[in-house]
Amino acid sequence: MNQEELNNVILRKRKLAYGVHDVWIKNDLIGRQAKPGQFVIVRISEKGERIPLTIAESNGEAFRIVVKAVGKSTYELCSLNEGDILYDVVGPLGKPSEIKYHGNVLIIGGGVGIAAILPIAKALKSAGNNITVIIGARTIQDLILRDEFTFADKLLPTTDDGSFGYKGNVIDAMKIELEKENYNVIWSIGPAIMMKLSSEIATKYNIPIWVSLNSIMIDGTGMCGGCRTVIKTDNSEKIQYVCVDGPEFDGRYVDWDSFIKRLNQYKEQEKLALERYLKEVGEPTWL
Amino acid sequence: MAVKDRIPVPELEPSKRKKNFMEVSLGYTFELAYQEAQRCLQCKVPTCISGCPVGIDIPGFIIEIVRGNLKKSYEILKSYNYLPAICGRVCPQEVQCEGACVLNKMGKPINIGALERFVADFASQEGFDDERGKFSSSESIPNILKSEPDKVSALKSKKVAVVGSGPAGLTVASELGKLGVKVHVYEALHEFGGVLVYGIPEFRLPKEIVKREVLQLETLGVELFKNIPVGYAIHPKELLEEYDAVFVGVGAGTPKFMGIPGSELNGVYSANEFLTRVNLMKAYRFPEYDTPIKVGKRVVVVGGGNTAMDAARSALRLGAQVTVVYRRTEAEMPARRAEIHHAKEEGIEFLFLTNPVKYIGNESGKLIGVECIKMELGESDESGRRKPIPIPNSNFVVEADIAIEAIGTESNRFLLIQFPDLKTNKYGYIITNEYGQTSIPKVFAGGDIVTGSATVILAMGAGKKAAEGIVRFLTE
Ligand SMILES: Cc1cc2nc3c(=O)[nH]c(=O)nc-3n(C[C@H](O)[C@H](O)[C@H](O)COP(=O)(O)OP(=O)(O)OC[C@H]3O[C@@H](n4cnc5c(N)ncnc54)[C@H](O)[C@@H]3O)c2cc1C
Ligand SMILES: Cc1cc2nc3c(=O)[nH]c(=O)nc-3n(C[C@H](O)[C@H](O)[C@H](O)COP(=O)(O)OP(=O)(O)OC[C@H]3O[C@@H](n4cnc5c(N)ncnc54)[C@H](O)[C@@H]3O)c2cc1C
Ligand code: SF4
Ligand code: SF4
Ligand code: FES
Repeated sequence: MNQEELNNVILRKRKLAYGVHDVWIKNDLIGRQAKPGQFVIVRISEKGERIPLTIAESNGEAFRIVVKAVGKSTYELCSLNEGDILYDVVGPLGKPSEIKYHGNVLIIGGGVGIAAILPIAKALKSAGNNITVIIGARTIQDLILRDEFTFADKLLPTTDDGSFGYKGNVIDAMKIELEKENYNVIWSIGPAIMMKLSSEIATKYNIPIWVSLNSIMIDGTGMCGGCRTVIKTDNSEKIQYVCVDGPEFDGRYVDWDSFIKRLNQYKEQEKLALERYLKEVGEPTWL
Repeated sequence: MAVKDRIPVPELEPSKRKKNFMEVSLGYTFELAYQEAQRCLQCKVPTCISGCPVGIDIPGFIIEIVRGNLKKSYEILKSYNYLPAICGRVCPQEVQCEGACVLNKMGKPINIGALERFVADFASQEGFDDERGKFSSSESIPNILKSEPDKVSALKSKKVAVVGSGPAGLTVASELGKLGVKVHVYEALHEFGGVLVYGIPEFRLPKEIVKREVLQLETLGVELFKNIPVGYAIHPKELLEEYDAVFVGVGAGTPKFMGIPGSELNGVYSANEFLTRVNLMKAYRFPEYDTPIKVGKRVVVVGGGNTAMDAARSALRLGAQVTVVYRRTEAEMPARRAEIHHAKEEGIEFLFLTNPVKYIGNESGKLIGVECIKMELGESDESGRRKPIPIPNSNFVVEADIAIEAIGTESNRFLLIQFPDLKTNKYGYIITNEYGQTSIPKVFAGGDIVTGSATVILAMGAGKKAAEGIVRFLTE
């Protein structure tokens, strides 16, 4: 190995929607090793926090992330340009998705979750599955990557306002689809509330559903316990570490209420950090 | 014979240190070190040596202080102990070297830790610590090689990977680096040092000291790679193909939780998370640093080890009122005596014979209190300690907005799930022979991932043994 291969330079950057950016980062190791479902942890500066981001694609020498600006660190990440270098990038982390022949697979992506399902959908297709992809966003402008799913056997875009595809959200589309067709397994990645609702539906239909939990992390190696989440099966309740035991879990067994509460642990500090940052840099015109 | 009193080590006063992370112990000056060194009886049969896990020639390094020959003293230390500035600060001396000093019978033992630290700090101040290539620390390695110069040159063409940069990994890297072996160290975090950087706080072990040790490794030609999670970034199979030997020193970093109701509440931390936010991410300087931390007004820390003391004293420094809850009595606490003493001086409250049974939260999922139960000590268990038994109906609630569990760690499964061929025991720790060799002949292991959570000096000792094993293996 040599250090130059890992230089973490931003090779390409493209705006997909307001506050959503598509970034290719040079890193041979991650470019070579990344598997669908895995993530990286990034630090933007010496004083930065460690933020996890899903690997959306890789090509042997670089990898791709799609970032949504929601707070100080992701605003800052979106402000970087081609040629800039990320201070630290570590990965790949997390267990890869269970890619094999399942049969009929329903894959649901909401918001930036669409980027997370892209590599999984591709790999499932290559493994011979018949795949139906539902992607959804508020409006056509937010519906990212919609032209990258042409390989799907069936693609069902949805928008809340009906500006593209089905009018409604991915949950509505999911319900309709499950009435029509039998599925062996589901993947559902997006905002926590969407994953929770889709898991409830999957429970009703008794179909396994993989969700990718976006818990708050630090190290990503099972060392801090901060990402822990409660997984409840029929007769047991277990603490699992999302970074090493996940990030994908069967959504039917996730204790969603405690999971969602833990996502809001630092609400006040996050608000303060963003305000302070915006005061310093002014209007975030780059978003 | 009259024994002079032990010379106290200057410390920051509790009132001056409670609000910052400055090192508490200021260390001996030359004058004080000289006086303390003179107290050593230079025993013919120095019992102290048997108490040191790496068998440092303690009277030997001490007499050189008396003679004013600090360079010699440093050379002696360094020939046994790769990290004297660190061990002098963090070893549990009272159960090791100092616990075995004859002076215990007549008064207070020699302050061996403080003397060791003094010599090591002096060496780095004076800059004679970077001639390290000259000091060979493992006595036994040169013995293996002495009569066979071919072997020495053969080693120079070998490549060894070290996974994990805690004290075990750093020691292996240094030992092999000195012999000219090409060593690559891989660390998953963004800094090197393992627990020395993410766990033990600045006020006990300044991070500068760890940085210095890492820099010195670079001068030996060791290559260090951070941000590499071995397992996924480099598969164990690839390591086995690319390297002539592999050392696994990944630590026992996974925190345990008691698993009592309410563990998922906001405000319940593992000590590792709390300390990592503070030490590695500098969350105590939020918002200048981006990582947030909850400080709380009232903090309950559960446990009685070094980790519990570190968490409690860090929380105190962040401005909280801190209570330590421990299920046995003070006598059974595994923490270093000095830290318990410091914690008390700083105003931390202790509730002994007490154990949490439940976390109480409010409707928004935030912790507001810890329900505890009183304990009494019963029969001795396997560890020889008396077993704490709950006293029925003795429950009471301690108000708290933060609770920090420091009840121990377990095997770090991050690498091991990718390495199923590596044999582990029923607790998930790697099985090795006395030279650290595992069920895969090319793979050696040592430190907390073999013994379970232990000490810096034991991890270092294991690193030395493994380096010796690796040299034998590579020259066979
Ligand atoms: C495995 C995983 C994969 C992810 N993949 C993506 C992705 O592909 N694209 C994307 O845009 N986002 C992804 N996220 C979420 C992303 O990490 C957070 O949006 C980011 O950390 C927010 O940081 P911030 O400072 O911008 O916002 P903040 O203002 O700090 O936080 C906004 C919200 O983000 C979450 N968050 C904050 N800090 C962390 C942290 N250290 N780790 C995780 N979540 C945190 C919290 O729920 C918080 O309320 C992923 C998260 C996980 C755990
Ligand atoms: C808070 C705290 C206080 C302590 N206080 C004391 C004390 O006062 N005195 C004392 O003697 N001992 C103390 N200890 C114990 C001591 O620190 C440990 O026994 C010692 O650090 C173990 O060393 P190690 O090299 O085995 O592992 P560690 O120090 O745990 O280092 C392991 C390293 O490996 C890295 N790693 C793990 N997996 C991978 C992977 N797959 N790829 C790459 N890198 C990986 C980790 O990130 C870590 O940096 C304390 C421990 C803690 C937690
Ligand atoms: S290494 Fe630790 S046990 Fe050994 S002499 Fe030094 S302080 Fe004592
Ligand atoms: S046992 Fe104590 S007095 Fe004797 S040599 Fe060792 S340190 Fe000195
Ligand atoms: S992020 Fe620290 S244990 Fe998962």
